[in-house]
Amino acid sequence: MTEGTADAEAVEADGGRDRPQAHTVRLELADEPGQLLAALRPIADEGANLLSIFHERGHLTPRGRIPVEVDLKCPPSRFESVLDALRAEGVSIVEADAEQYGEHLMVMLVGDLVGTDLSDTVMSIESSPTATVEDLSLSAPGGPDDVASARLRIATQAGEAEAALKLVRTLAEEKQLHVVEPLTEGR
Amino acid sequence: MRLAVVGCGAVGRSVVDLAAEYGHEVVAVADSRSAAVDPAGLDGAAVLDRKEHKGVVGDDDPDDVLAAEYDVLVEVTPTTLGDAEPGFSHIARALDRDRHVVLANKGPVAERYGDVRAREADSAGIVLFEATVGGAIPILGTVADYGPERISAARGVLNGTANFVLTRMAAEGLDYEHVLAEAQDMGVAEADPSFDVEGTDAALKCVILANVLACGEREFTLADAEVEGITQIPGSALDLAAEAGRTVRLVGEATPESVRVGPRLLPETSPLAVSGTRNVVQIETTHADGIDLSGRGAGGPETATAVLADVGRLPPLE
Repeated sequence: MTEGTADAEAVEADGGRDRPQAHTVRLELADEPGQLLAALRPIADEGANLLSIFHERGHLTPRGRIPVEVDLKCPPSRFESVLDALRAEGVSIVEADAEQYGEHLMVMLVGDLVGTDLSDTVMSIESSPTATVEDLSLSAPGGPDDVASARLRIATQAGEAEAALKLVRTLAEEKQLHVVEPLTEGR
Repeated sequence: MRLAVVGCGAVGRSVVDLAAEYGHEVVAVADSRSAAVDPAGLDGAAVLDRKEHKGVVGDDDPDDVLAAEYDVLVEVTPTTLGDAEPGFSHIARALDRDRHVVLANKGPVAERYGDVRAREADSAGIVLFEATVGGAIPILGTVADYGPERISAARGVLNGTANFVLTRMAAEGLDYEHVLAEAQDMGVAEADPSFDVEGTDAALKCVILANVLACGEREFTLADAEVEGITQIPGSALDLAAEAGRTVRLVGEATPESVRVGPRLLPETSPLAVSGTRNVVQIETTHADGIDLSGRGAGGPETATAVLADVGRLPPLE
């Protein structure tokens, strides 16, 4: 083992679930020299990896501040401490991962998918403010009147996966479809 | 230990066959119609030979077995639901006589766990039932070693027949009915496979696990379990799962608050995605994350191995 063992252990102990992920943070900076550096230093200090900075120098917010969008990569468990460090520097955080879909889940629907209007099923899931269907595969080897299967990949905001699953369950019950739910192993 | 074996199916016969190897003596054996009792110890091979060729284990009355001088009653009659009889009465009688009980019959601890524990509390005897969950896999022994209060959940594949069917469907791209017929030809599935493929058997095992994990705070029966089987899973679902690196397994989950069995989507590389008739369980501990145990979940010598492990755990009677 030649790598930094602290990080390797952290990943190992958590079953690999705390691998670094991309996060987007929107900041507003005062139009003063040195502000951008002050905002970026805590990110580096907290061990996050800076991916890109979008610094709209020409634009000012209605409050006369400069919007900056920062993409960074860090383990999800460390993201909060990055935000805390930014706040400690007096940086104003407008959004943190607001538009990002933090969790994914895969479910299978089985039954009369065509007869129960699959596109309506998908649209009903999409109507949730916190979930979106990213991918759909349908297999109906017996034709449209036979039992078919669909695999759905659903993206949800962080912490909303259980709510999305509940929505799928409710829809399936209404349409008399079977749901094959993903198994969450460990915690 | 002196054993009285009630029930002479595959498990009972293997217990009779293997007891001497473990240093135990079989003093009584009963099947549903006949019995053999000898306080000096039976010749296991002779009893099994008679059972095979004459259909009876001996000339004694089955009731004599329960009255015999034994240390451990090995209750391996077929699992019955509801009042769990006659298994429950066999246990009650042994405990009333301050004898130990080892079960492979799931009925009493799935359907009348509280009654069994209450009888045990009034007795010098102890009731163990490793063989009721996961065949040869030491699941309940591990739970007892770690302490059920330090285990938040147990989940896994606990029915070999259902797992065999799903594995074959995924591997061969065949439909449920086709694979089931094949499994019946091979003797992996019974003529009436409903107990296995509708999830009842896995649910009973999870109910037993939940009863242990609940530490007396709550009692579960089959009626408390949310159960769905695999009969509705078409081959196309397994194909779609495989395309995404997933597979479908009949997974049972037990916690101190709930029991649930149903087909679930899991990564093909998951330790729970065992193949064929193999069983696996993942025990979620408070201080040591998950423990995965897998092995043979059914069969005569396999289940007898769990029965005899329990016998070895029992303290000598006064």
